[in-house]
Amino acid sequence: MNKINSIRKDWSLIETLIAQDGKILDIGCGDGGLMEQLENNRNAITHGIELNRDLAANAIARGFNVVHGNAELDLSQYSNNSFDYVILSQTLQAMMKPKDILSELLRIGSKAIVSFPNFGHWKIRLQLLISGKMPVTESLPYTWYDTPNIHFFTIKDFLNLCNEMNIVIEKSIGLTSKGKQFDISESVTGVNFFTHEAIFLLSYKNFEPIKIKSSKKVFAKNSVIANLLLDES
Amino acid sequence: MKTKFTTDTKLESEIAYFENINLKLESGDIIDSFKLAFKTYGKLNTDKTNAILVCHALTGDQYVAGNNPITGREGWWSRMVGPNKPIDTNKFFVICSNVLGGCAGSTGPKELQNGSDVAYGGNFPSVTIKDMVKAQSLLIESLNIEKLFSVIGGSMGAMQALQWAIDFPDKILNIIHIAGALKHSAQNIAFHEVGRQAIMSDPIWKNGKYFENNEVPERGLSVARMIAHITYLSENAMHRKFGRKLQSRDIISFGFDADFQVESYLRYQGKSFVERFDANSYLYLTRAMDYFDHDETFRKNIEFSHNPNNHLKFLIVSFTSDWLFPTIESKMIVNQLNSLSREVSFLEIDTDKGHDSFLLEEPQLDDVIKGFLINNFAKIDE
Repeated sequence: MNKINSIRKDWSLIETLIAQDGKILDIGCGDGGLMEQLENNRNAITHGIELNRDLAANAIARGFNVVHGNAELDLSQYSNNSFDYVILSQTLQAMMKPKDILSELLRIGSKAIVSFPNFGHWKIRLQLLISGKMPVTESLPYTWYDTPNIHFFTIKDFLNLCNEMNIVIEKSIGLTSKGKQFDISESVTGVNFFTHEAIFLLSYKNFEPIKIKSSKKVFAKNSVIANLLLDES
Repeated sequence: MKTKFTTDTKLESEIAYFENINLKLESGDIIDSFKLAFKTYGKLNTDKTNAILVCHALTGDQYVAGNNPITGREGWWSRMVGPNKPIDTNKFFVICSNVLGGCAGSTGPKELQNGSDVAYGGNFPSVTIKDMVKAQSLLIESLNIEKLFSVIGGSMGAMQALQWAIDFPDKILNIIHIAGALKHSAQNIAFHEVGRQAIMSDPIWKNGKYFENNEVPERGLSVARMIAHITYLSENAMHRKFGRKLQSRDIISFGFDADFQVESYLRYQGKSFVERFDANSYLYLTRAMDYFDHDETFRKNIEFSHNPNNHLKFLIVSFTSDWLFPTIESKMIVNQLNSLSREVSFLEIDTDKGHDSFLLEEPQLDDVIKGFLINNFAKIDE
């Protein structure tokens, strides 16, 4: 199959974070563009949720598994660990309860991919500092009264929240406003200043397995680790 | 199994006879022989992969497209099924059969009891949606089709589509389930009961033996239809269509004539229904819908009856103004399928046309059905 060229820059970056043959839930999937890309380039099995009726209808008419619904209400119906990846692209800042969503993503998926615009970018800081008004930029083009983005946060805020929630950042990609790409974890200084848009690959911290009595059986909170240990013995 | 086909070319309709088949019904009763009246449209491809079964609703029949010889009008879903229509008969082989218990040629209360010259009437055994689907599966088998590409239906047709997914997951690739539910709700049973009471309190009904005197419980049946018809619309649609407009008069009559257009419309609906539908059949089919209930069992059924390699797809569609089968009922199906991470799509279409929306002009429904079928068909062709 021909590789599909990414329409959006962050889609191609998301693709690099995803292994072959994965099962994927794309939250806010639009008309299925990213799903199509991942089906073609990663042989993925894809599911999507889309709030907008017309976009959902388009995606379904294009043959994708898409549920017309609201992620904040509908994620609870999915079972634990039913996807390899759950993707939330450019939407976390628009959620009513971002923290709850984040924990839902990692309940449903083994891994989560989250991308968001960095409110700590220097242009935004400068705008607020100089004009004294809420910033309006290319990535955040709305005025304060009609923005869908109701929870603004910076990379630093996000890292703190992940730490608090025992979330491991497996990979992190930053994009400057010029589209230059870099590894957030390797850059020491100025990340929160220069990152325009950030993409994170997240998973939960693996808990240490707790051994109980039998030397053969390992009871662990993380079944993956338990299986690994069993294989070794 | 002995199956024989006859083709009545004059009506351009087909009937499948199943003799000595001893069809065991859910009630425990056995029908030893039965027939199904069915219509097909388009051509079955050589690999037999393009067959679609369309399931009709409560008062539908096998004449889904083209001309309906019973009414002399177009088939009930001719806007959806036909050449270059959303369910494109240039591409797909469409089958539609009159349900078991129906009155358009399939075995039902109107038909003669096996080996006698008396109609079943009230002696017809109780049939369920599961029984209808079982009979349909025998028809599909006798057409030598191993796997249906799709089973599509609205309302009672959606119930049949869901039943197909539960009973024959390996014989279908997807279902399109429109304006349906896992169960018939208390309110829906209540409306049906009022309809049935209207029929049964008509003195001509005579415990279902009205045909002995060549009579029809017209009043009862038409009232049943009038009640039901209200439930298929919505307040907004009715207001838009009729408002308080008067019928063929300028002032109210201070009597009980059909002063209002809405009254006249309902009377017409009742009257024309009597000409094409059997009262006993109406009793049996409404009962079949009432008995439909997968509320508790659906998840388990899907979880255990489907082998893990089965990629059965579900498209679930509801309408914002449908208060008979509201969106919440469709979402229950979607929730359960999602909890099992099955391949499901769901769309709630914004319309004020009520439950009957699936039969009416709804461009988004057309687009979604058309795209879903064509794109998923392309995937199996790969």
